[in-house]
Amino acid sequence: MDFFTLIQILDATVRLAIPLLLACLAGLFSERAGIFDIGLEGKMLAAAFFSAAIASMTGSVWIGLLAGIAASLFLSGVHGLASITFRGNQLISGVAINFLAAGMTVLIAQSWFSQGGRTPSLSGAERFNPINFPGALTTTNEVKAASPLMQVYSELLSGHSLLVYVALLTVPMTWWLLYRTRFGLRLRAVGENPAAVDTAGVSVVGLRYAAVAICGILCGIAGAYLSTALQAGFVKDMSAGRGFIALAALIFAKWRPWQALYATFLFGLFQALELRPDVIEAVIGMKVQGQFLGALPYIMTVVILAGFVGKAIPPRAGGEPYVKER
Amino acid sequence: MDVMPKWAEVVLVPLISLLLAAILSGLVILAIGEDPIAALKLMIDGALGSTYGWGYTLYYATNFMFTGLAVSVAFHARLFNIGGEGQAMLGGLGVALACLIIPWPHWSLGLLGAIVLAGAFGAVWAAVPAYLQAKRGSHIVITTIMFNFIAAAVLNYMLVNVLRPKGAMDPATARFPEAVHLPSLHDILAPIGISFSKAAPANVSLLVAIIACVLVWLLIWRTKLGYEIRAYGHSESAAKYAGISPVKITMIAMIISGALAGMMAINNVMGEAERLVLNATEGAGFIGIAVALMGRSHPLGVFIAAILFGFLYQGGAELALWTSIPRELIVVIQALVILFTGALDNMVRMPLERIFLALRKEGN
Repeated sequence: MDFFTLIQILDATVRLAIPLLLACLAGLFSERAGIFDIGLEGKMLAAAFFSAAIASMTGSVWIGLLAGIAASLFLSGVHGLASITFRGNQLISGVAINFLAAGMTVLIAQSWFSQGGRTPSLSGAERFNPINFPGALTTTNEVKAASPLMQVYSELLSGHSLLVYVALLTVPMTWWLLYRTRFGLRLRAVGENPAAVDTAGVSVVGLRYAAVAICGILCGIAGAYLSTALQAGFVKDMSAGRGFIALAALIFAKWRPWQALYATFLFGLFQALELRPDVIEAVIGMKVQGQFLGALPYIMTVVILAGFVGKAIPPRAGGEPYVKER
Repeated sequence: MDVMPKWAEVVLVPLISLLLAAILSGLVILAIGEDPIAALKLMIDGALGSTYGWGYTLYYATNFMFTGLAVSVAFHARLFNIGGEGQAMLGGLGVALACLIIPWPHWSLGLLGAIVLAGAFGAVWAAVPAYLQAKRGSHIVITTIMFNFIAAAVLNYMLVNVLRPKGAMDPATARFPEAVHLPSLHDILAPIGISFSKAAPANVSLLVAIIACVLVWLLIWRTKLGYEIRAYGHSESAAKYAGISPVKITMIAMIISGALAGMMAINNVMGEAERLVLNATEGAGFIGIAVALMGRSHPLGVFIAAILFGFLYQGGAELALWTSIPRELIVVIQALVILFTGALDNMVRMPLERIFLALRKEGN
């Protein structure tokens, strides 16, 4: 394997890890506040559809992004209503949201576009297009012939869509918000011991709704990235289990932002390698089943959950509705 | 003291939840520019208007009875088994191996063998998450979700690389031998003079599913083990104090749950397709969640809810055939049922409790 192939794989890793990263951070906010969210998948899917659909109708990817975030926020609202206001089962609510998104996206897509559950292909201003850094080479042949440093600059760092850089910035922002602000302290506290937060005179319900809303916004961006940046348009079930991989990454990262970055990039690497079986064969000298690589994030999560590689302890009040008086 | 009388708890709350789900589904149909009343008529005609329609409705219902019972048994121990889909996939693998490797002399023996192997495969697939939950405290919801994906990968690998006959293109096993062909409802009902559609896939597995409903009822409400499962589900600490081992109950409840989900394969793999294909389960494992929630985890409720979902499934297929409403409408209805009967249960319950309290005060 030459250096350029390595750079290409890392480039694919970045592109594939970004939706995982955004969804993982979304889950981090929600679960750190004590609201389990297995509906990340559904929220991403809904956002992917609405951003592509509205971008295609209005011709502006920015309006599309807003629509995607709105759709995801709506589902977050449903989840909040069920799990915070009505103290329902958060897991069941998440399952319902996943199915709601899976069904509604196809139903509306068919009704609006009649193309078998997909949106028209997006092009031009309907998409988030690659941003090329100054001086970066753009064609594959040019990059291949350039020096290693130039290859890194042109292929790996430059040429991603705006949302990739936004997502990478979200990591330090999440860290700062959680560990350096009053809001973050309270948010973490409400996931560990809501009664203490309540005693301090801070609204548990308000904090949890805020966390669920942030989760919705981040899932919305993740979904918009899928349909308007990674691919050009929405297809049925395009989130393809990414919400669950993000959930796996969240456990892998033990609910911490920087570790979430590493975990999602590791899982992104698996996805990138799954697309390049020739490279794996060349490197380790034997054929690895594609199915095995695809299942690796799930297998690793089970191993980690089992506590064989360090222990992952979720926020203590996670999954339990808060009842003020007992 | 219970605020509501028992009939309200058992019948009224689920009925109102269902009604809410139905109204919203109607609005969805209206919003995509179709007539909900006409759609309902078409669904009833297509699913219940002929023995052919009934044959499909009952075929789907059989799947949902197995997966619904699977989720219910786990629910009684307060375990949420989202892994029914993966367990049913593995069950399919068990059925395929049973039918392809062993030369059964008669279908009845083949069916028994298939039930055992399907159940065993499903049980093993549920036992691993159960063990991890019981012994290592890993959350069973997350592990069963992960096991669904791993099951899909395993099945994909087995079909593409191992079980696919030489020269065949599509990832599927060879056809099962004629000897393990299960009698359809047509074959069963013909001797007693009832004519039933020949083309419909409903088969003898339906009877197995009904027997499973009865057995689960006996297990949960008439045996010591069932009592222990329910006690553990109500209060873990009280159960522990009473000498009930959490590890034992978690393992047993999940193994039974997984075996039931796995047994679904005798219907869809052995009874209908007569070979194992990719995505044979078609989401039935997940519908089991809706069925169990709607049926309040009671076998009779599961039976009724399974038939309702069988009707929705077949009716939805008819809708997709004759109108521009895609099959995904069923997924939406399923989601709404899960949402209202499961997650938003309190939204219906709280106002009802208030009404009953007010009524009682007036009565005094």
